[in-house]
Amino acid sequence: MQTEALKTVGFAAAVCVVCSIFVAGSAVSLRDRQEENRVLDLRSKVLLVSDLADPGEALAREAINQRFEENLTAMVIDLETGESTDIDPLTFDQRAATQDPDQSEVAPANSAKVSRVPDNALIYQKVTDGEVERLILPIQGYGLWSTLYGFIALSGDLETIQGITFYEHGETAGLGGEVDNPRWQALWPGRRAFDEGWNPEIEVIKGAAGPVASDPYRVDGLAGATLTSRGVTNLLHFWLGENGFGPYLERYRAERGIS
Amino acid sequence: MNKREREVLFDPLLNNNPIALQVLGICSALAVTTKLSVSVVMSLAVIFVLVGSNVAVSAIRKGLPPSIRIIVELTIIASLVIIADQILKAFVYDIWKQLTVFVGLIITNCIIMGRAEAFAIQNPVKLSFLDAVGNAAGYSMILLVVAFFRELLGTGRLFGFTVLTPVTEGGWYQPNGLMVLSPAAFLLIGCFIWVLRWRKPDQVEEEFHAGHLLEPHETALLR
Repeated sequence: MQTEALKTVGFAAAVCVVCSIFVAGSAVSLRDRQEENRVLDLRSKVLLVSDLADPGEALAREAINQRFEENLTAMVIDLETGESTDIDPLTFDQRAATQDPDQSEVAPANSAKVSRVPDNALIYQKVTDGEVERLILPIQGYGLWSTLYGFIALSGDLETIQGITFYEHGETAGLGGEVDNPRWQALWPGRRAFDEGWNPEIEVIKGAAGPVASDPYRVDGLAGATLTSRGVTNLLHFWLGENGFGPYLERYRAERGIS
Repeated sequence: MNKREREVLFDPLLNNNPIALQVLGICSALAVTTKLSVSVVMSLAVIFVLVGSNVAVSAIRKGLPPSIRIIVELTIIASLVIIADQILKAFVYDIWKQLTVFVGLIITNCIIMGRAEAFAIQNPVKLSFLDAVGNAAGYSMILLVVAFFRELLGTGRLFGFTVLTPVTEGGWYQPNGLMVLSPAAFLLIGCFIWVLRWRKPDQVEEEFHAGHLLEPHETALLR
Protein backbone atom coordinates (compact mmCIF):
# COMPACT_ATOMS: atom_id res chain seq x y z
CA MET A 1 0.00 0.00 0.00
CA GLN A 2 2.76 2.38 1.03
CA THR A 3 4.82 1.73 -2.11
CA GLU A 4 1.68 1.96 -4.24
CA ALA A 5 0.93 5.44 -2.91
CA LEU A 6 4.54 6.51 -3.37
CA LYS A 7 4.49 5.27 -6.91
CA THR A 8 1.35 7.28 -7.65
CA VAL A 9 2.83 10.46 -6.21
CA GLY A 10 6.06 9.88 -8.11
CA PHE A 11 4.20 9.32 -11.36
CA ALA A 12 2.13 12.46 -10.91
CA ALA A 13 5.25 14.49 -10.16
CA ALA A 14 7.02 13.13 -13.23
CA VAL A 15 4.05 14.00 -15.48
CA CYS A 16 3.93 17.51 -14.06
CA VAL A 17 7.66 18.09 -14.57
CA VAL A 18 7.64 16.83 -18.16
CA CYS A 19 4.52 18.81 -19.07
CA SER A 20 5.79 22.00 -17.48
CA ILE A 21 9.09 21.73 -19.35
CA PHE A 22 7.20 21.55 -22.64
CA VAL A 23 4.80 24.37 -21.80
CA ALA A 24 7.46 26.67 -20.40
CA GLY A 25 9.79 25.82 -23.26
CA SER A 26 7.23 26.74 -25.91
CA ALA A 27 6.18 29.92 -24.12
CA VAL A 28 9.74 31.16 -23.64
CA SER A 29 11.09 30.18 -27.04
CA LEU A 30 8.18 31.77 -28.91
CA ARG A 31 7.82 34.91 -26.80
CA ASP A 32 9.93 37.23 -28.96
CA ARG A 33 8.09 36.24 -32.08
CA GLN A 34 4.70 36.73 -30.40
CA GLU A 35 5.65 40.15 -29.07
CA GLU A 36 6.88 41.15 -32.51
CA ASN A 37 3.57 39.97 -34.01
CA ARG A 38 1.59 42.02 -31.52
CA VAL A 39 3.53 45.19 -32.29
CA LEU A 40 3.33 44.57 -36.04
CA ASP A 41 -0.40 44.02 -35.85
CA LEU A 42 -0.88 47.28 -33.98
CA ARG A 43 1.40 49.16 -36.36
CA SER A 44 -0.37 47.83 -39.44
CA LYS A 45 -3.68 49.11 -38.03
CA VAL A 46 -2.16 52.52 -37.41
CA LEU A 47 -0.84 52.53 -40.98
CA LEU A 48 -4.32 51.68 -42.20
CA VAL A 49 -6.01 54.67 -40.55
CA SER A 50 -3.10 56.91 -41.58
CA ASP A 51 -3.73 56.01 -45.20
CA LEU A 52 -0.21 54.63 -45.46
CA ALA A 53 -1.48 51.15 -46.32
CA ASP A 54 -4.50 49.93 -48.26
CA PRO A 55 -7.08 47.65 -46.67
CA GLY A 56 -6.27 44.06 -47.49
CA GLU A 57 -2.73 44.96 -48.54
CA ALA A 58 -0.40 42.25 -47.26
CA LEU A 59 2.76 43.90 -46.00
CA ALA A 60 5.96 42.18 -44.99
CA ARG A 61 7.18 42.98 -41.51
CA GLU A 62 10.05 45.13 -42.81
CA ALA A 63 7.63 47.18 -44.92
CA ILE A 64 5.34 47.77 -41.95
CA ASN A 65 8.18 48.91 -39.72
CA GLN A 66 9.73 51.04 -42.44
CA ARG A 67 6.53 52.88 -43.35
CA PHE A 68 5.67 53.30 -39.71
CA GLU A 69 9.01 54.74 -38.66
CA GLU A 70 9.37 56.99 -41.70
CA ASN A 71 5.96 58.60 -41.53
CA LEU A 72 4.66 58.53 -38.00
CA THR A 73 5.67 60.10 -34.73
CA ALA A 74 4.54 58.34 -31.59
CA MET A 75 4.17 60.28 -28.37
CA VAL A 76 2.80 59.70 -24.90
CA ILE A 77 0.56 62.46 -23.62
CA ASP A 78 -0.96 63.27 -20.24
CA LEU A 79 -4.72 62.89 -20.70
CA GLU A 80 -5.72 65.23 -17.90
CA THR A 81 -3.58 68.21 -18.88
CA GLY A 82 -3.14 67.37 -22.55
CA GLU A 83 0.61 67.97 -22.30
CA SER A 84 3.08 65.67 -23.91
CA THR A 85 5.30 63.70 -21.54
CA ASP A 86 8.80 62.32 -21.85
CA ILE A 87 7.67 58.69 -21.45
CA ASP A 88 9.25 56.48 -24.12
CA PRO A 89 6.47 55.50 -26.56
CA LEU A 90 8.32 52.30 -27.41
CA THR A 91 8.02 50.90 -23.90
CA PHE A 92 4.70 52.46 -22.88
CA ASP A 93 1.89 49.91 -22.76
CA GLN A 94 -1.39 51.77 -22.55
CA ARG A 95 -3.48 48.70 -21.82
CA ALA A 96 -1.24 47.62 -18.96
CA ALA A 97 -1.31 51.21 -17.65
CA THR A 98 -5.12 51.20 -17.77
CA GLN A 99 -5.18 48.20 -15.43
CA ASP A 100 -2.53 49.60 -13.07
CA PRO A 101 -4.10 51.61 -10.20
CA ASP A 102 -0.94 53.74 -9.98
CA GLN A 103 -1.21 54.81 -13.61
CA SER A 104 -4.95 55.11 -14.06
CA GLU A 105 -8.13 56.36 -12.47
CA VAL A 106 -11.67 55.11 -12.24
CA ALA A 107 -13.60 56.58 -15.16
CA PRO A 108 -16.63 58.78 -14.49
CA ALA A 109 -19.94 57.10 -15.35
CA ASN A 110 -20.18 56.79 -19.13
CA SER A 111 -22.25 54.93 -21.66
CA ALA A 112 -19.19 53.44 -23.39
CA LYS A 113 -18.66 51.31 -20.25
CA VAL A 114 -15.06 52.47 -19.98
CA SER A 115 -14.18 51.50 -16.42
CA ARG A 116 -10.69 52.98 -16.04
CA VAL A 117 -8.91 55.82 -17.79
CA PRO A 118 -5.11 55.76 -17.93
CA ASP A 119 -3.21 58.88 -16.85
CA ASN A 120 -1.26 58.82 -20.10
CA ALA A 121 -2.11 57.77 -23.62
CA LEU A 122 -0.05 56.78 -26.64
CA ILE A 123 -0.97 58.75 -29.76
CA TYR A 124 0.50 59.08 -33.23
CA GLN A 125 0.97 62.00 -35.56
CA LYS A 126 1.55 61.85 -39.28
CA VAL A 127 3.68 64.91 -39.94
CA THR A 128 4.32 66.25 -43.43
CA ASP A 129 6.54 69.31 -43.91
CA GLY A 130 6.31 70.22 -40.23
CA GLU A 131 2.52 70.22 -40.28
CA VAL A 132 0.45 67.56 -38.54
CA GLU A 133 -1.50 65.99 -41.35
CA ARG A 134 -3.21 63.36 -39.31
CA LEU A 135 -3.76 62.71 -35.63
CA ILE A 136 -4.27 59.08 -34.62
CA LEU A 137 -5.90 58.45 -31.27
CA PRO A 138 -6.51 55.11 -29.55
CA ILE A 139 -10.13 54.33 -28.70
CA GLN A 140 -11.83 51.58 -26.77
CA GLY A 141 -15.26 50.79 -25.43
CA TYR A 142 -17.96 48.22 -25.09
CA GLY A 143 -20.04 46.93 -28.01
CA LEU A 144 -22.44 44.05 -27.52
CA TRP A 145 -20.25 41.23 -26.18
CA SER A 146 -16.82 42.66 -25.91
CA THR A 147 -14.55 45.63 -25.60
CA LEU A 148 -13.54 47.02 -28.97
CA TYR A 149 -10.01 48.39 -29.26
CA GLY A 150 -9.08 50.58 -32.18
CA PHE A 151 -7.87 53.87 -33.57
CA ILE A 152 -9.50 56.93 -35.02
CA ALA A 153 -7.63 59.25 -37.35
CA LEU A 154 -8.51 62.95 -37.45
CA SER A 155 -7.33 65.47 -40.00
CA GLY A 156 -4.63 67.88 -38.82
CA ASP A 157 -7.18 70.71 -38.44
CA LEU A 158 -9.48 68.33 -36.52
CA GLU A 159 -12.28 69.21 -38.94
CA THR A 160 -12.87 65.73 -40.29
CA ILE A 161 -12.43 62.09 -39.48
CA GLN A 162 -9.93 60.40 -41.78
CA GLY A 163 -10.40 56.80 -40.78
CA ILE A 164 -11.39 54.32 -38.11
CA THR A 165 -10.23 50.79 -37.41
CA PHE A 166 -10.45 48.19 -34.69
CA TYR A 167 -7.65 45.79 -33.92
CA GLU A 168 -9.34 43.70 -31.30
CA HIS A 169 -12.94 42.84 -30.51
CA GLY A 170 -15.17 39.85 -29.90
CA GLU A 171 -18.32 40.92 -31.71
CA THR A 172 -20.38 38.42 -33.73
CA ALA A 173 -18.75 37.67 -37.08
CA GLY A 174 -20.94 38.97 -39.91
CA LEU A 175 -22.96 41.30 -37.67
CA GLY A 176 -21.08 43.43 -35.14
CA GLY A 177 -17.88 41.96 -36.52
CA GLU A 178 -18.53 44.01 -39.65
CA VAL A 179 -16.72 46.89 -37.91
CA ASP A 180 -13.75 45.24 -39.64
CA ASN A 181 -15.40 45.52 -43.06
CA PRO A 182 -13.33 47.91 -45.22
CA ARG A 183 -16.50 49.04 -46.95
CA TRP A 184 -18.02 50.24 -43.69
CA GLN A 185 -14.75 51.83 -42.64
CA ALA A 186 -14.66 53.60 -46.01
CA LEU A 187 -17.86 55.47 -45.02
CA TRP A 188 -15.97 57.41 -42.33
CA PRO A 189 -13.39 59.58 -44.08
CA GLY A 190 -14.66 63.13 -44.50
CA ARG A 191 -17.33 62.95 -41.79
CA ARG A 192 -17.16 65.50 -39.01
CA ALA A 193 -16.44 64.43 -35.46
CA PHE A 194 -17.20 67.73 -33.70
CA ASP A 195 -19.92 70.38 -33.78
CA GLU A 196 -19.14 74.14 -33.73
CA GLY A 197 -18.45 74.06 -29.99
CA TRP A 198 -15.98 71.17 -30.43
CA ASN A 199 -18.27 68.69 -28.73
CA PRO A 200 -18.32 65.16 -30.17
CA GLU A 201 -21.26 64.99 -32.54
CA ILE A 202 -20.54 62.02 -34.79
CA GLU A 203 -23.11 59.24 -34.56
CA VAL A 204 -23.52 55.76 -36.00
CA ILE A 205 -27.22 55.65 -36.78
CA LYS A 206 -29.64 52.84 -37.45
CA GLY A 207 -30.03 52.49 -41.21
CA ALA A 208 -28.21 54.44 -43.90
CA ALA A 209 -26.80 57.95 -43.57
CA GLY A 210 -26.60 60.44 -46.41
CA PRO A 211 -23.49 61.39 -48.39
CA VAL A 212 -20.61 63.09 -46.60
CA ALA A 213 -21.44 66.59 -47.87
CA SER A 214 -25.06 66.72 -46.75
CA ASP A 215 -24.99 64.44 -43.71
CA PRO A 216 -21.55 64.91 -42.16
CA TYR A 217 -22.32 63.92 -38.58
CA ARG A 218 -23.85 60.53 -39.21
CA VAL A 219 -22.53 57.15 -40.40
CA ASP A 220 -24.47 54.09 -41.59
CA GLY A 221 -25.31 51.61 -38.86
CA LEU A 222 -24.14 48.01 -39.05
CA ALA A 223 -27.06 45.92 -40.24
CA GLY A 224 -28.25 43.57 -37.51
CA ALA A 225 -25.85 45.02 -34.97
CA THR A 226 -27.62 47.98 -33.36
CA LEU A 227 -25.81 47.54 -30.05
CA THR A 228 -22.36 47.37 -31.59
CA SER A 229 -23.21 50.48 -33.66
CA ARG A 230 -24.35 52.29 -30.55
CA GLY A 231 -21.19 51.12 -28.78
CA VAL A 232 -19.04 52.72 -31.46
CA THR A 233 -20.93 56.01 -31.05
CA ASN A 234 -20.56 55.86 -27.27
CA LEU A 235 -16.86 55.11 -27.29
CA LEU A 236 -16.15 57.92 -29.76
CA HIS A 237 -18.12 60.37 -27.64
CA PHE A 238 -16.19 59.28 -24.57
CA TRP A 239 -12.70 59.45 -26.06
CA LEU A 240 -13.25 62.62 -28.07
CA GLY A 241 -14.98 64.24 -25.10
CA GLU A 242 -13.73 65.94 -21.95
CA ASN A 243 -12.90 62.73 -20.08
CA GLY A 244 -10.86 61.34 -22.96
CA PHE A 245 -8.73 63.38 -25.31
CA GLY A 246 -10.70 66.61 -24.74
CA PRO A 247 -7.90 68.44 -22.85
CA TYR A 248 -5.28 67.33 -25.35
CA LEU A 249 -7.40 68.42 -28.33
CA GLU A 250 -8.10 71.77 -26.67
CA ARG A 251 -4.38 72.36 -26.18
CA TYR A 252 -3.73 71.18 -29.73
CA ARG A 253 -6.23 73.70 -31.12
CA ALA A 254 -4.88 76.52 -28.95
CA GLU A 255 -1.29 75.87 -30.11
CA ARG A 256 -2.36 76.05 -33.72
CA GLY A 257 -4.93 78.80 -33.40
CA ILE A 258 -7.78 76.60 -34.56
CA SER A 259 -11.12 77.89 -33.35
CA MET B 1 -1.22 -1.86 -42.70
CA ASN B 2 -3.44 -4.70 -41.51
CA LYS B 3 -7.21 -4.76 -41.40
CA ARG B 4 -7.49 -3.64 -37.79
CA GLU B 5 -5.23 -0.65 -38.45
CA ARG B 6 -7.23 0.36 -41.49
CA GLU B 7 -10.44 0.15 -39.50
CA VAL B 8 -9.03 2.28 -36.72
CA LEU B 9 -7.84 4.91 -39.17
CA PHE B 10 -10.76 5.13 -41.58
CA ASP B 11 -13.82 4.22 -39.52
CA PRO B 12 -14.02 7.60 -37.77
CA LEU B 13 -14.38 9.34 -41.14
CA LEU B 14 -17.85 8.12 -42.05
CA ASN B 15 -18.76 4.91 -40.24
CA ASN B 16 -18.08 6.16 -36.74
CA ASN B 17 -17.66 9.90 -37.09
CA PRO B 18 -17.03 11.60 -33.75
CA ILE B 19 -19.45 14.45 -34.50
CA ALA B 20 -22.07 12.76 -36.67
CA LEU B 21 -22.39 9.44 -34.83
CA GLN B 22 -20.73 9.84 -31.44
CA VAL B 23 -22.05 13.43 -31.27
CA LEU B 24 -18.91 14.69 -29.51
CA GLY B 25 -17.24 18.07 -29.93
CA ILE B 26 -20.38 19.86 -31.09
CA CYS B 27 -19.69 23.09 -29.20
CA SER B 28 -16.54 24.00 -31.10
CA ALA B 29 -18.14 22.91 -34.37
CA LEU B 30 -20.72 25.66 -33.80
CA ALA B 31 -18.24 28.33 -32.81
CA VAL B 32 -15.39 28.15 -35.30
CA THR B 33 -17.17 27.38 -38.54
CA THR B 34 -18.10 30.86 -39.77
CA LYS B 35 -14.94 31.07 -41.88
CA LEU B 36 -13.03 28.34 -43.69
CA SER B 37 -9.59 29.72 -42.86
CA VAL B 38 -10.39 29.67 -39.15
CA SER B 39 -11.81 26.14 -39.40
CA VAL B 40 -8.68 24.89 -41.13
CA VAL B 41 -6.45 26.23 -38.38
CA MET B 42 -8.78 24.87 -35.70
CA SER B 43 -8.70 21.47 -37.39
CA LEU B 44 -4.90 21.49 -37.43
CA ALA B 45 -4.84 22.42 -33.75
CA VAL B 46 -7.22 19.58 -32.89
CA ILE B 47 -5.20 17.11 -34.97
CA PHE B 48 -2.05 18.21 -33.14
CA VAL B 49 -3.61 17.94 -29.68
CA LEU B 50 -5.45 14.66 -30.32
CA VAL B 51 -2.46 12.91 -31.85
CA GLY B 52 -0.20 14.19 -29.08
CA SER B 53 -2.52 13.16 -26.28
CA ASN B 54 -3.36 9.74 -27.71
CA VAL B 55 0.31 8.90 -28.27
CA ALA B 56 1.38 10.19 -24.86
CA VAL B 57 -1.43 8.45 -22.97
CA SER B 58 -0.82 5.23 -24.83
CA ALA B 59 2.92 5.39 -24.16
CA ILE B 60 2.49 5.71 -20.41
CA ARG B 61 -0.59 3.49 -20.11
CA LYS B 62 1.22 0.55 -18.45
CA GLY B 63 2.74 2.59 -15.62
CA LEU B 64 -0.27 4.88 -15.18
CA PRO B 65 -1.83 4.43 -11.71
CA PRO B 66 -5.59 4.02 -12.27
CA SER B 67 -6.48 6.32 -9.37
CA ILE B 68 -4.98 9.42 -11.05
CA ARG B 69 -5.73 8.36 -14.62
CA ILE B 70 -8.13 11.15 -15.55
CA ILE B 71 -6.13 13.99 -14.05
CA VAL B 72 -2.95 12.81 -15.79
CA GLU B 73 -4.79 12.70 -19.13
CA LEU B 74 -6.12 16.17 -18.47
CA THR B 75 -2.66 17.51 -17.62
CA ILE B 76 -1.26 16.16 -20.87
CA ILE B 77 -4.14 17.54 -22.92
CA ALA B 78 -4.00 20.95 -21.24
CA SER B 79 -0.24 21.19 -21.85
CA LEU B 80 -0.66 20.33 -25.53
CA VAL B 81 -3.43 22.91 -25.88
CA ILE B 82 -1.26 25.64 -24.37
CA ILE B 83 1.58 24.70 -26.72
CA ALA B 84 -0.78 24.78 -29.71
CA ASP B 85 -2.03 28.21 -28.65
CA GLN B 86 1.53 29.53 -28.28
CA ILE B 87 2.50 28.24 -31.71
CA LEU B 88 -0.54 29.84 -33.36
CA LYS B 89 0.20 33.12 -31.60
CA ALA B 90 3.76 33.06 -32.91
CA PHE B 91 3.03 32.08 -36.50
CA VAL B 92 -0.53 32.99 -37.54
CA TYR B 93 -1.27 35.99 -35.34
CA ASP B 94 -4.36 37.18 -37.20
CA ILE B 95 -6.10 33.85 -36.98
CA TRP B 96 -4.89 33.34 -33.42
CA LYS B 97 -6.72 36.52 -32.43
CA GLN B 98 -10.01 35.02 -33.58
CA LEU B 99 -9.34 31.50 -32.37
CA THR B 100 -7.58 31.79 -29.04
CA VAL B 101 -10.78 31.50 -26.99
CA PHE B 102 -11.76 28.33 -28.80
CA VAL B 103 -8.27 26.83 -28.83
CA GLY B 104 -8.40 27.04 -25.04
CA LEU B 105 -11.67 25.16 -25.18
CA ILE B 106 -10.03 22.22 -26.99
CA ILE B 107 -9.23 21.06 -23.45
CA THR B 108 -12.92 20.44 -22.91
CA ASN B 109 -13.48 19.01 -26.38
CA CYS B 110 -15.03 15.65 -25.58
CA ILE B 111 -13.32 14.00 -28.54
CA ILE B 112 -9.83 14.38 -27.04
CA MET B 113 -10.69 13.07 -23.58
CA GLY B 114 -13.03 10.51 -25.10
CA ARG B 115 -10.36 8.98 -27.34
CA ALA B 116 -7.79 8.93 -24.54
CA GLU B 117 -10.19 7.15 -22.20
CA ALA B 118 -11.87 4.88 -24.72
CA PHE B 119 -8.91 3.94 -26.87
CA ALA B 120 -5.41 5.11 -26.07
CA ILE B 121 -5.43 3.84 -22.50
CA GLN B 122 -5.78 0.23 -23.64
CA ASN B 123 -4.09 0.12 -27.04
CA PRO B 124 -0.50 0.26 -28.25
CA VAL B 125 1.08 3.50 -29.44
CA LYS B 126 0.84 2.84 -33.18
CA LEU B 127 -2.87 1.99 -33.09
CA SER B 128 -3.57 4.95 -30.81
CA PHE B 129 -1.77 7.21 -33.25
CA LEU B 130 -3.92 5.97 -36.13
CA ASP B 131 -7.05 6.30 -34.01
CA ALA B 132 -6.14 9.89 -33.25
CA VAL B 133 -5.46 10.75 -36.89
CA GLY B 134 -8.73 9.11 -37.96
CA ASN B 135 -10.87 10.80 -35.34
CA ALA B 136 -9.24 14.21 -35.80
CA ALA B 137 -9.74 13.87 -39.54
CA GLY B 138 -13.38 12.91 -39.02
CA TYR B 139 -13.87 15.98 -36.84
CA SER B 140 -12.02 18.21 -39.29
CA MET B 141 -14.05 16.93 -42.21
CA ILE B 142 -17.33 18.00 -40.60
CA LEU B 143 -15.82 21.32 -39.54
CA LEU B 144 -14.71 22.05 -43.09
CA VAL B 145 -18.00 20.97 -44.67
CA VAL B 146 -19.99 23.13 -42.27
CA ALA B 147 -17.60 26.07 -42.65
CA PHE B 148 -17.74 25.77 -46.44
CA PHE B 149 -21.51 26.24 -46.48
CA ARG B 150 -21.61 28.84 -43.71
CA GLU B 151 -18.97 31.08 -45.26
CA LEU B 152 -20.33 30.66 -48.79
CA LEU B 153 -24.00 31.23 -47.95
CA GLY B 154 -23.43 33.64 -45.07
CA THR B 155 -20.96 36.02 -46.71
CA GLY B 156 -20.62 34.86 -50.32
CA ARG B 157 -16.91 34.19 -49.82
CA LEU B 158 -14.60 31.20 -49.56
CA PHE B 159 -11.30 31.58 -47.69
CA GLY B 160 -12.05 35.31 -47.74
CA PHE B 161 -12.25 35.50 -51.54
CA THR B 162 -15.55 36.66 -52.98
CA VAL B 163 -17.30 33.87 -54.88
CA LEU B 164 -20.89 35.08 -54.88
CA THR B 165 -20.78 38.89 -55.10
CA PRO B 166 -23.14 40.20 -52.39
CA VAL B 167 -25.75 42.87 -53.07
CA THR B 168 -23.90 45.24 -50.73
CA GLU B 169 -20.90 45.15 -53.06
CA GLY B 170 -22.90 45.60 -56.21
CA GLY B 171 -23.55 41.94 -56.98
CA TRP B 172 -26.64 39.78 -56.98
CA TYR B 173 -26.22 37.54 -53.93
CA GLN B 174 -28.19 38.35 -50.79
CA PRO B 175 -26.09 36.89 -47.94
CA ASN B 176 -28.04 34.70 -45.56
CA GLY B 177 -27.64 36.22 -42.09
CA LEU B 178 -28.75 33.02 -40.38
CA MET B 179 -25.68 31.22 -41.71
CA VAL B 180 -23.25 33.32 -39.68
CA LEU B 181 -25.09 32.57 -36.46
CA SER B 182 -24.46 29.41 -34.43
CA PRO B 183 -27.84 27.73 -35.08
CA ALA B 184 -26.88 27.39 -38.75
CA ALA B 185 -24.15 24.95 -37.75
CA PHE B 186 -26.80 22.86 -35.98
CA LEU B 187 -28.90 22.78 -39.14
CA LEU B 188 -25.93 21.87 -41.32
CA ILE B 189 -24.66 19.16 -38.96
CA GLY B 190 -28.24 17.86 -38.88
CA CYS B 191 -28.31 17.72 -42.68
CA PHE B 192 -24.91 16.00 -42.71
CA ILE B 193 -26.13 13.34 -40.28
CA TRP B 194 -29.30 12.94 -42.34
CA VAL B 195 -27.37 12.34 -45.59
CA LEU B 196 -24.95 10.00 -43.79
CA ARG B 197 -27.75 7.89 -42.32
CA TRP B 198 -29.60 7.80 -45.59
CA ARG B 199 -26.46 6.34 -47.25
CA LYS B 200 -25.63 4.14 -44.26
CA PRO B 201 -28.92 3.03 -42.71
CA ASP B 202 -27.19 0.93 -40.03
CA GLN B 203 -26.33 4.19 -38.19
CA VAL B 204 -29.99 4.88 -37.56
CA GLU B 205 -30.88 4.35 -33.91
CA GLU B 206 -33.75 2.02 -33.17
CA GLU B 207 -37.09 3.76 -33.05
CA PHE B 208 -38.12 4.46 -29.52
CA HIS B 209 -41.73 4.67 -28.42
CA ALA B 210 -43.08 5.50 -25.03
CA GLY B 211 -45.08 2.33 -25.48
CA HIS B 212 -41.91 0.23 -25.13
CA LEU B 213 -41.81 1.03 -21.44
CA LEU B 214 -45.29 -0.28 -20.89
CA GLU B 215 -46.65 -3.76 -20.52
CA PRO B 216 -48.60 -4.94 -23.59
CA HIS B 217 -52.00 -4.61 -21.92
CA GLU B 218 -51.17 -1.03 -20.85
CA THR B 219 -50.51 0.25 -24.38
CA ALA B 220 -54.26 0.58 -24.80
CA LEU B 221 -54.07 3.44 -22.31
CA LEU B 222 -52.04 5.49 -24.76
CA ARG B 223 -54.78 5.55 -27.34
